[in-house]
Amino acid sequence: MNKDDILLEVSHLKQYFPVAGTNKFVKAVDDVSFFIKKGETFGLVGESGCGKTTTGRSILRLTEPTSGKIVYDGNVIFDSENKIKADMLPYRRKMQIVFQDPYASLDPRMTVGDIVGEALDIHKLYKTKAERRERILELLSTVGLNSEHANRYPHEFSGGQRQRIGIARALAVNPQFIVCDEPVSALDVSIQAQVVNMFEDLQKKMGLTYLFIAHDLSIVNHISNRIGVMYLGHMVELADSDELIFHPMHPYTKSLISAIPIADPNTARASKRIILNGDVPSPVNPPSGCPFRTRCPYADEICAQKKPEFNEVKPGHYAACHHLDLTKHLSQGGIL
Amino acid sequence: MPKYIAKRVFMAVITAFLVATLTFCVMNMVPGGPFLAEKAVTPQAQAAMEAKYGLDKPLPQQYITYMNGLIHGDLGLSLKKRGRTVSDIITGKFPVSARLGGLALIVAVFIGVPLGSVAAFNKGKLVDNILVVLSTAGIAIPSFLSSTLLMYVFTTKLKLLPSLGLNSAPSYIMPVIALALYPTFYIARLMRSSMLDVIGQDYMKTARAKGVSPFFIIFKHAMRNAILPVVTYLGPLLASLMTGSFIIEKIFNIPGLGSEFVGAITSRDYPMIMGTTIFLAVFVICMNVVVDILYAIIDPRIKLK
Repeated sequence: MNKDDILLEVSHLKQYFPVAGTNKFVKAVDDVSFFIKKGETFGLVGESGCGKTTTGRSILRLTEPTSGKIVYDGNVIFDSENKIKADMLPYRRKMQIVFQDPYASLDPRMTVGDIVGEALDIHKLYKTKAERRERILELLSTVGLNSEHANRYPHEFSGGQRQRIGIARALAVNPQFIVCDEPVSALDVSIQAQVVNMFEDLQKKMGLTYLFIAHDLSIVNHISNRIGVMYLGHMVELADSDELIFHPMHPYTKSLISAIPIADPNTARASKRIILNGDVPSPVNPPSGCPFRTRCPYADEICAQKKPEFNEVKPGHYAACHHLDLTKHLSQGGIL
Repeated sequence: MPKYIAKRVFMAVITAFLVATLTFCVMNMVPGGPFLAEKAVTPQAQAAMEAKYGLDKPLPQQYITYMNGLIHGDLGLSLKKRGRTVSDIITGKFPVSARLGGLALIVAVFIGVPLGSVAAFNKGKLVDNILVVLSTAGIAIPSFLSSTLLMYVFTTKLKLLPSLGLNSAPSYIMPVIALALYPTFYIARLMRSSMLDVIGQDYMKTARAKGVSPFFIIFKHAMRNAILPVVTYLGPLLASLMTGSFIIEKIFNIPGLGSEFVGAITSRDYPMIMGTTIFLAVFVICMNVVVDILYAIIDPRIKLK
């Protein structure tokens, strides 16, 4: 693969948060590496608390990463080893984010016009007042809102509309790359489809690259070219989306896929759900060796002693497991 | 908006009326009278004085006479300061208390708000811990203690500041500090907790993602959202500061409205009690209306109805 095709490269990213009153750390993201190609949608899935949101925010340095290296379009924006911390202002024009909660992510004291326009002010993207207004209205119409909405405040809108405002806001600076941090999980199912389709349309129109974070595999599979699966701060599997859904390797991915509801009752009855025992361990005291071993049906001594490496098992298909040979036999109901 | 203001003014008039009536009743239930303490007053002289001020009439009639005067803006004559009207005394003393209180309010806001914000942005660090201890102390120390301590240090020991009166600019320093101490730290605490709430909000991250500089994140996004509880507190605070503090006016020998108010009660100067109470009540009511209107300006989610 050509180096120029890569837009974002994340290596050994770690994000630890101190636990108040102790000298322990929550290892929210622990040694995660992946890259995103230009123009693709990279899906990131995992259950609550696995570090996918933190990964997204660390990439934009909304929280300063503990260590690792982030390269955007050939430029190092963070490198703990060489102590590089680039000034983020120019990158804020290129990298944007749409937050999960459309109710909390918009400043309640600002009109929609100002929320969208503030980024234009900061990056000086207009010459006259009229041009600013025109650009704001253009952005609002891009996301399906109209001009009279510009003078209203966020609380006057529904969840779906507010998420559109959040998207218009992210698009204001004409970014190349957008972190979509569970952008539809706070919305009604009927609205989810609209917003997901809008993301796809915008991608085609504006040539955007997405990091699409979600806990719903069916949505991620629909929108993504490649998918990464996270568990307890680690990336456990990464592959093209169809490959991941139909030929999962990691036992955790298999259980996730078996949990996707199937619309056909006959197939649903025939397929077997893999139900995991226990809860996700605390990221403050993660298990030794493989993070998944406490819930894995195949776990043995080696899993407790050694952390499995994140290897390329097939071309483009990475997984971190000591027992990939065993998991092959596991049946899967992954029919989407 | 005009409808809202009209409604509030109407409510204010009703409230003022109730305050006046209640004060009138309570005041007359308290035993004693304005002329009992005076030396060598013959019963005839006392009767003559009571007749002069209308105190010999039955209470309902006194009430009606007073309310009638009040409607026409007449607060009556002081019983103790012969020949002076209550309005005269209030307009004479209020500016002194108001100036002092206004200065204290400015000090409290301009120190309390940044202090609370700094504490919030450094939560759990040394600065924050120091400020939390300081503000607890600032709220707990009574004003007579802080005033006497200030006097002891700056007048007795250092001989830097005058201890009495308000004759020069330096003489304002100690009373203003003593008066501002409590509200400063109270505002700091309010600001700290509401700022902590705001800092954790997603829209702060949105602002960072837009590329807003840290300065503007604090002043444009965080402050505007966090200041509301402080504004709520500001209305009653302004009223209480500007109408004078009895204790501080006594200690620093300041001729303000606070000492006049308390003095009127101990000497049963009925028109003076009524006048100062109604003045205070109307002031508090007005401040609350102002705060309500300010709310709507600061927080667009609040609609005035």
